[in-house]
Amino acid sequence: MNVIAARLPAPDSGGSFSAAFSWAFARDMRLAIRHPGETMLVVAFFVLVASLFPLGVGAEPQLLQRIGPGVIWVCALLSAFLSLPAMFASDYADGSLEQMSLSPQPMPGWVAGKIAAHWSASGLPLTLLSPLLGLQYDLAGDTLLALAAALALGTPVLSLLGAACTALTLGARGGGMLLALLALPLFIPVLVFGAGAAEAQASGLSAAPHLSILGAGLIVAAMALPPAVCAAVRIALD
Amino acid sequence: MTARLTVAGLAASRGPSTLFRDVSFEVASGEWLAVRGPNGSGKTTLLRCVAGLTRADRGEVLWDGAAARGDARFHASLLYAGHQPGIKDDLSAEENVRSALALRAVAVPDGAVRAALADVGLERRRHLPARRLSAGQRRRIGLARLILDPAALWALDEPLTALDDEGEGLFTRLLERHLATGGLAILATHDDLAPAPARELRIGA
Amino acid sequence: MKIPWFYFASPSTFYRLAGWMAPWFFVLAALFGAAGLYVGLVLAPTDAQQGEVYRIIFIHVPASWMSMFIYFVMACYGGVSLTFNTRLAAMMARALAPTGAMFTFVALWTGSFWGRPTWGTYWVWDARITSELVLLFLYFGFIALANAFEDPRRGDRAAALLALIGLVNLPIIYFSVVWWNTLHQGASVKLTGSTMQIQMLWGMLLMALSFWMYSIGASLTRVRAVILDRERRTHWVRALAT
Repeated sequence: MNVIAARLPAPDSGGSFSAAFSWAFARDMRLAIRHPGETMLVVAFFVLVASLFPLGVGAEPQLLQRIGPGVIWVCALLSAFLSLPAMFASDYADGSLEQMSLSPQPMPGWVAGKIAAHWSASGLPLTLLSPLLGLQYDLAGDTLLALAAALALGTPVLSLLGAACTALTLGARGGGMLLALLALPLFIPVLVFGAGAAEAQASGLSAAPHLSILGAGLIVAAMALPPAVCAAVRIALD
Repeated sequence: MTARLTVAGLAASRGPSTLFRDVSFEVASGEWLAVRGPNGSGKTTLLRCVAGLTRADRGEVLWDGAAARGDARFHASLLYAGHQPGIKDDLSAEENVRSALALRAVAVPDGAVRAALADVGLERRRHLPARRLSAGQRRRIGLARLILDPAALWALDEPLTALDDEGEGLFTRLLERHLATGGLAILATHDDLAPAPARELRIGA
Repeated sequence: MKIPWFYFASPSTFYRLAGWMAPWFFVLAALFGAAGLYVGLVLAPTDAQQGEVYRIIFIHVPASWMSMFIYFVMACYGGVSLTFNTRLAAMMARALAPTGAMFTFVALWTGSFWGRPTWGTYWVWDARITSELVLLFLYFGFIALANAFEDPRRGDRAAALLALIGLVNLPIIYFSVVWWNTLHQGASVKLTGSTMQIQMLWGMLLMALSFWMYSIGASLTRVRAVILDRERRTHWVRALAT
């Protein structure tokens, strides 16, 4: 057995935001693809719960059309919420989170990469599936489009907010209930504007104002929340 | 390469009980420090304070004279392995090593990872997901990392856990090579390793 | 002159200081409260549109002001505790949270009773009420998170970060009446002047001062209990018990 005698050149301290982002994104996407169960559960839950409402309130088309956007949004929100613990749980348990926080790569970089990968495995499938569920509720074409656009802008915000709450509750007692108490109130503005966009479209007004606010919210959240998540992770590892 | 780790007046507690107070030492290139003490005495906490994971109550950790906590240069020079060494079950041995090196911004020449895995005896199993390896084999993934990572400072918590005699011999050779090339190490361990430590630190005894 | 900024940051010193300060704040709260209620219930005239029902404003508006102000102070203490790694600032944040939650609840509850005769409904999902409800949940979340860990210091830090993240809700509550058409009227009380009757304004201000003094007194009393609990193994606390 020969131990390699030559050492590699020393790493340059730093790395960059985009290098850290791509590292985390590629790794988490690879892990998600090898364990598609998580994504399938999120999607299955979404479809299942959205199907419960017509069974509960009666299948009258006008009523369903009226409640459709809101119900689909609430189901997407709950599905996104259920997928949150998985974002950090496995890395926290096997010591990877420690290794990541000790890396010379900038922390907001890999945090943003993890959040982006999480959204790709949860929020993105929900967004793509929403038009199908909208058909179940007999929503018009332009309403479906507005709904999908609102979800496309809103679910990343949910992932960002959810990441902050998940990181804060790592290792806490109270598990899912505590996470619900923290995350769901913060989700409320996203829900209000997201469902509002589709409802505005459905009643003939433009969805543009709501979508603009969602877009602005996404930009603010994408800038401000990764550092907050970093602070929460450092607190969790302390 | 000359480097120096200086710890001055470090104190830490877990909950209401103080684990250690006023711990000071220096480790220079080519030296290693053994941290010894009974279970639960604070060895792990000391290592985590040095690495900057845990915030100490008092004291400071300096790397080459500059404050270590949060410093990117320090992070680039530090290789830390705790009880959970950060191995993903769903990635293969080879992917785990590559991922760990990429995380630390270490560039790897072609074939180096495979050669390192061969040196630790995992060549034929390098494509298996880590969940299918035994505890000792997973530890050897960490040894492959030690072969390839050029970090100057090793902070390892119980590095010989789950390793058989062959693995222990391998680690000892790696440690000797590391020290000979100017590296330093701080190891929490019960065992007596072949290269004698420059200093022993007893905690909680 | 060298100012000993951190002198009062020692829990044992602050424990004694809070002990003799608190009763005075309760006295001030009672005085301002009596004056405010007199102005509000006796001196202020009957409202042209709402009659006597409007008088709930003297509880509702000061309570909502306090709910936001206390959250802001709590978040500031949280920020201080994270930046300087002090214990007392975190304990003050914990002491403020229940009082803040109480005022938020009072604001929502009195608003609900006001809404019934004036708007015809107990609850409306307008922007200001919804964001005030989110504030109530933020308080609950703060308290729950602070108490969810074995190590209370970890709870301090996590809750402080949560309080800072939730600060974004305050401008939303405040500006919601400007940004949206809601059932709430626009701001009638500004720093530059107000559009309401002078007695009504004075009534609200006096009640706000009363609630403020009460909040300080209640927090100082509560923080003493928190200090005793957290420092229970130190010799000065043990000396108190004997």
